[in-house]
Amino acid sequence: MGSGSSANPTNYKYSLQKSENAFKAAVLIQQWYRRYVARLEMRRRCTWRIFQSIEYACEQDQIKLHNFFSYLMDHFTPSSSKERDFISRMFISGESFKEAELEKYCDYESMEVPDSYTGPRLSFPLLPDHATALLEAFKQKQQLHARYVLNLLHETRKHLKQLPNISHVSTCYSEEVTVCGDLHGQLDDLFFIFYKNGLPSPSKSYVFNGDFVDRGKQSLEILIVLFTFLLIYPKEVHLNRGNHEDHMVNLRYGFAKEVMQKYKVHGKKILKMIQNVFCWLPLATLIDQKVLIIHGGISDTTDLDMLQKIQRNKFISVLRGKKRKESNKDVEIQEINGESKVEAESSESESDLSLSPQPRPAPSITNRLEFSKWLRQTVQEQIEWCRQLVDSESEPEEPTYSSVVSLTELDTQCWTHQEEWKQILDILWSDPMPQEGCRVNTVRGGGCYFGPDVTDKILEKYNLQFLIRSHECKHEGYEFCHNRKVLTIFSASNYYEIGSNRGAYVKLGPDLVPHFVQYQASKTAHTLTMTQRISRVEESAFRALREKLFAHTSALISAFKAYDKDNTGKISLSSWAMAVESVLHLGLPWRMLRPQLVRSTVDGMLEYKSWLDDLAMEQRSQEHIQSSLLEVIYRNRSNLETIFRIIDRDHSGLISFEEFRQTWKLFSTHMNIELTDDGIDDLVRSIDFNKDGNIDFNEFLEAFRLVKQSQ
Amino acid sequence: MFLFADGAVAEIEKKIIEAFEVFDHECNKTVDVREIGSIVRSLGCFPTEAELHELLAKVEEEEPTGYINLEKFLPVMTKVLLDRSYQPIPEDVLLHAFEALDENKCGYITKEELVKYLTEEGEPFTQEEMEDMLSTALDPETNTVRYRDYISMMIVDET
Repeated sequence: MGSGSSANPTNYKYSLQKSENAFKAAVLIQQWYRRYVARLEMRRRCTWRIFQSIEYACEQDQIKLHNFFSYLMDHFTPSSSKERDFISRMFISGESFKEAELEKYCDYESMEVPDSYTGPRLSFPLLPDHATALLEAFKQKQQLHARYVLNLLHETRKHLKQLPNISHVSTCYSEEVTVCGDLHGQLDDLFFIFYKNGLPSPSKSYVFNGDFVDRGKQSLEILIVLFTFLLIYPKEVHLNRGNHEDHMVNLRYGFAKEVMQKYKVHGKKILKMIQNVFCWLPLATLIDQKVLIIHGGISDTTDLDMLQKIQRNKFISVLRGKKRKESNKDVEIQEINGESKVEAESSESESDLSLSPQPRPAPSITNRLEFSKWLRQTVQEQIEWCRQLVDSESEPEEPTYSSVVSLTELDTQCWTHQEEWKQILDILWSDPMPQEGCRVNTVRGGGCYFGPDVTDKILEKYNLQFLIRSHECKHEGYEFCHNRKVLTIFSASNYYEIGSNRGAYVKLGPDLVPHFVQYQASKTAHTLTMTQRISRVEESAFRALREKLFAHTSALISAFKAYDKDNTGKISLSSWAMAVESVLHLGLPWRMLRPQLVRSTVDGMLEYKSWLDDLAMEQRSQEHIQSSLLEVIYRNRSNLETIFRIIDRDHSGLISFEEFRQTWKLFSTHMNIELTDDGIDDLVRSIDFNKDGNIDFNEFLEAFRLVKQSQ
Repeated sequence: MFLFADGAVAEIEKKIIEAFEVFDHECNKTVDVREIGSIVRSLGCFPTEAELHELLAKVEEEEPTGYINLEKFLPVMTKVLLDRSYQPIPEDVLLHAFEALDENKCGYITKEELVKYLTEEGEPFTQEEMEDMLSTALDPETNTVRYRDYISMMIVDET
């Protein structure tokens, strides 16, 4: 047909124009789409930054909490006998369980398992069938009976005690070693790893690099599974301690709560046992003497020989306050750890050194000075006793570690407790940084930031090829840094939110070349488009950010006012960005985030009061509570919860009204919060509490929506 | 020539620095050259690939290192924003573009057609880019892209 012929000039011109148009149209669409993708990428990174900065700021709070305790120790003197008893309860631990006592307290043998119980029944020694039964049971959402949990924990502890601080793995026994990073209670991820990679077996070695618990809702199940495999395949399964294998951290980040909720009757025993098991976890693993696996990182003072030799179980909790006066440092261990300095079993028969002096009862006179004196005396005594222990055992000359011949397990006394503690803290809490050098990790409040030069030195000193660590969430589940000499492996997928990141594990063969497997264990994540995934995670991040902004309302108002000298009620968006950063100190790109946080402007200016009111409307739950009070609670809610849980020593979920008032007073004195007695009374009156003066503080926290939704 | 108040220029510079730092992984004022496109676009610009290459030529070192320095990037990008180069593509223009590809003017483009155009014409998409766009744009039941609906949805996402 003629009309299609290219010889026809009109048609040719038409088709040329058409193809030109098509070209132009294509360019336009591509141009527009690429811009869209770039914006998404920016949003994704900003969201990541938000989550990380908030998460690390939280960890800093944990350290502040400890500073709070040490501050109280140093400065607070009680004004009444009630307060005095209260403090002494908190600080002079009546619960220093020596191992023998622990076994008695956490005894399980008398516990009956009813016939109606349909879950797995464990018998020891464990067999592979027990493991598969457990996995199946957990998949069906069943719960293991407390008796078996405790039994398992006892056996695990027995096993761990024999292990050295640094485990050794060789690739010539099992061809491949699989290393997994943080799991944080996400059992689905562990299921996936086992599904994809196979269960532990004589031909399949595993190293789990710490942070098994907290945040996710199945931390206990993960522990049970890991400990079970540990006992069945002791040569093939290796566990490293992470910074979350620490009861102080567990009080805050959800594990303690999870256990108490799942085991209402025996939860305390289980927690106590776990607390002890954690401190017996090895600190590091070495593969073929060439690859060092630790949870956090290293520092410029990391000394593997020291790490090898210290008594790792002394450090029940690694957290401690920063500004410690020299004399109190040893007491801190006892107070926070609730454990005597030397473990009983090491020198049972020989001497009385195994028994720590029990503190004398607190003076009954309501005299502030007397009380402080008593407190310090008791503290002094404990230190003296420790010193005696040290002096009697160490060599008289300058103790170098090589010159100490160990006759007892006390050969580590040539190092100060401070030095030993730092070694462990650095291993569990440090992060790598791109710059050279070694700095204190102020963001987390513990450990160091270590640079590539520090890595190089350690690798050279101990003739290693590279380090594997975890501790930091990575978008792809793993990440290299320091010129591929440090590998971060993170196994909890969707850690911040569904779609936020993949998890990964790494396999090493005799050639020690890493092979990665990535995954995202959530069906939902797969069906979402990239846009939807980013939106969801973003929503979550911004919700958290708005909460934080609300919690700092008063400070923000002052900051805004400083930019509004003429008192117009408005500030420029530039001033807004500067003010917000100066208050929150999160280091976020506020100008990038502004469109999501500030919805309406008038002539490019922000009416800051109404903006803050809008924020408050989202957060406020009870109208008759003053907003400033609410603000205070919000800012401190995690801390409050932790403190409450510590005070509630018997984990009953109840504290008396009086205890509550005292706690609040102590807390507010330290945190410089102004709160009148009336204010506290108002607060309490707004809660229903039973007539015997007890407060179920879970209800209290819930009433103000203080219990985090996700926990 | 416009005279911009110092404040406006300073504010623009702060924005650019913020966007730059989001991609500056090593915190040493450099970014991978492959991220420049994302940075420029997230600052509100809609450059074509060709325009992006032009810009890169201005900010790259004499001997390309694979990294771009903030020092060089900042003045160039500031001028881009002040000049309002690489203007945004309004919704109606985008619609016309899709319509131009819709030969029969039936309100949709088949998957095959769209793939052909976008991977062969213009500044071709990579397979990844194509798949990604299809994952949201394609109506799996009819295997077509109903572009009006798609555009409306994407525009909402933008705000």
